[in-house]
Amino acid sequence: MLEWRRRREPSRAMLYLSPLIAIALTMATGAMVFTAMGYDGLTAVFDFFLVPFLEPHRWPDLGVKAAPLVMIALGLAIGFRANVWNIGAEGQYIMGAIAGTGVALATYEMSGWWILPAMALAGILGGMAWAAVPALLRVRLQVSEILTSLMLTYVAVQVLYYLVRGPWKDPDGFNFPQTRMFTADQTLPVVIPETLVHLGIPLALVIAVIAWLVLEKTTAGYAVKVVGLAPAAARHGGFSAERTTWVTLLIGGGLAGLAGIFEAAGPFSQLTPQFPVGYGFTAIIVAFLGRLHPLGIVLGGVVLAATYVGGEIAQTTVRLPQAATGMFQAMLLFFLLATDVLVRYRIAFRARPAKVLPR
Amino acid sequence: MNSIILVSIIMTLVAASTPILLAALGELVVEKSGVLNLGVEGMMLTGAVAGFAVAFSTGSVALGLIASVIAGIGTAMIFAVLTLSLTANQVATGLALTIFGVGASSLIGAGFVGRTIDRLGPLFPEALSGHPWLRALFGHDIIVYLSLALVLGVSLFLRRTRAGLILRAVGENDASAHAIGYPVIGIRYAAIAFGGALAGLGGAYFSLALTPMWADRLTAGRGWIALALVVFSAWKPGRLLLGAYLFGAVMTFELQAKAAGITWLAPEVLAMAPYLATILVLTMMSLGRKTGRLDAPACLGKPFSAS
Repeated sequence: MLEWRRRREPSRAMLYLSPLIAIALTMATGAMVFTAMGYDGLTAVFDFFLVPFLEPHRWPDLGVKAAPLVMIALGLAIGFRANVWNIGAEGQYIMGAIAGTGVALATYEMSGWWILPAMALAGILGGMAWAAVPALLRVRLQVSEILTSLMLTYVAVQVLYYLVRGPWKDPDGFNFPQTRMFTADQTLPVVIPETLVHLGIPLALVIAVIAWLVLEKTTAGYAVKVVGLAPAAARHGGFSAERTTWVTLLIGGGLAGLAGIFEAAGPFSQLTPQFPVGYGFTAIIVAFLGRLHPLGIVLGGVVLAATYVGGEIAQTTVRLPQAATGMFQAMLLFFLLATDVLVRYRIAFRARPAKVLPR
Repeated sequence: MNSIILVSIIMTLVAASTPILLAALGELVVEKSGVLNLGVEGMMLTGAVAGFAVAFSTGSVALGLIASVIAGIGTAMIFAVLTLSLTANQVATGLALTIFGVGASSLIGAGFVGRTIDRLGPLFPEALSGHPWLRALFGHDIIVYLSLALVLGVSLFLRRTRAGLILRAVGENDASAHAIGYPVIGIRYAAIAFGGALAGLGGAYFSLALTPMWADRLTAGRGWIALALVVFSAWKPGRLLLGAYLFGAVMTFELQAKAAGITWLAPEVLAMAPYLATILVLTMMSLGRKTGRLDAPACLGKPFSAS
């Protein structure tokens, strides 16, 4: 008979192997599910997980999609480590974009090198402000940050709609609900000429390295870990759970806000109602796929970016609807959580207990 | 205000409240067993799409409702296996379930966007359901009455039956319940299945009764409001009913403001009202309570393993 045996210590090998197993299981299940639905499942899986890596002209696209995912996931992972469940990153991302766009619209007739940094700063502050609400409610009143941060996402979406349909609508935009296009001083510079690779991509990598150094090499990073794993011990050690909640939520909100304004000042070059694309939710998967480790998150971000790029490929090759991307992402998260058990447990054969024969 | 308007407000309010009432009632039972399933939104979405797909293909709303319940249970079982059998983190798995529901409903629903069906009709004959003011009582569809019966049923089950007592014992102290010999994991599987069934049915209420048309992300965060509602109710079915109808009132605020000719409030402000109200309610609940963590089941969200 098979049974789970708890390991004395979590398996380090499985810690690194299980994300790979999860990806493999997602590919296998995906092929079966999409074949059952009447699509060419094998080609779909090939397009989703391999073609984006095999064709060099798609690499810039991978970077463009991965950068916001990595930035948001880094912030989320720091919180998740401390058991702070900020799942409203999408709202903080939108609010960051809104705050940064506010600066862009105010400086429309100006020029100067300082405009873009000012927009980025506003983006960070906008995201932080949106995350400060759940932080305050959680610390002062023990209101679940899960529900409040998520509710605020729906509010942020409506604020965006209001602004682009109303006060911020482009006066020369033929009545389309969108803001003006940003000027050259308001858009992210491209770092590799002739591609879409903008400044946000190297910056996401730099932030990941900084996060890694802070989490692994400083007392503050250690405090976050202890608060998450052993709240009681953390109190004795003088690490405040309240401060950790504040700091992790503000960092998470700030990074999501920065990702938001970078997306607005990069790929979008304006705000439109199509701006909320769900990066805030996908980043949750990135954080888990990266094992809440900054460098793992960079890899996780690239894998999830591939599902977006691959989704576009599969749309043309096997006519798979765009929504298949979401399905692959969800399956990946399920298998990640399922294979997680291998880190803490091992499968063992149990000898059948000898039967006591009745006399 | 004349009675015709009052009756029509009651009708919209009840209709808007019913899906969150169903989903929240299911989650209440799940949480009473000590499990926190944050995947309500996901289960509602799979229920909504399964219900719509089957009702559209077969032309039978009844079959659609059955399909939604099965889809809700099926989705919930993914959560149950991961959290109960594989001891995965409940918060993370619940989030995964919602991401899955969004993805699956979007994929399955891709072929149905904009399609319409004949909506679920009133249960009682025209003489009662079409009556100018009696219809406030008799003009609803079968799911509305079912939801009310379920509130009563769950309330009695939890307070008056042995099985309900065992369920609560498992949620309050899983280790003791296990020691006495109750199958903690089995009971939690059953509770999660029940929660999935009601969330699926609640989701189908959107696609089969409220807006008999498929649109992506039809539930628009109502599953999360249902979760907040369970906190608001302090895990009591009676208060849950009250809360659901209060939220229904906030949700129909948008329609009523339009009907009343209020134009100075931007439609976006009205659309964000339910979500702001949820935050406000959660905050007031916390301000109003005296000690500790309300009346939450003691083992809520904690993993259990028998060994």
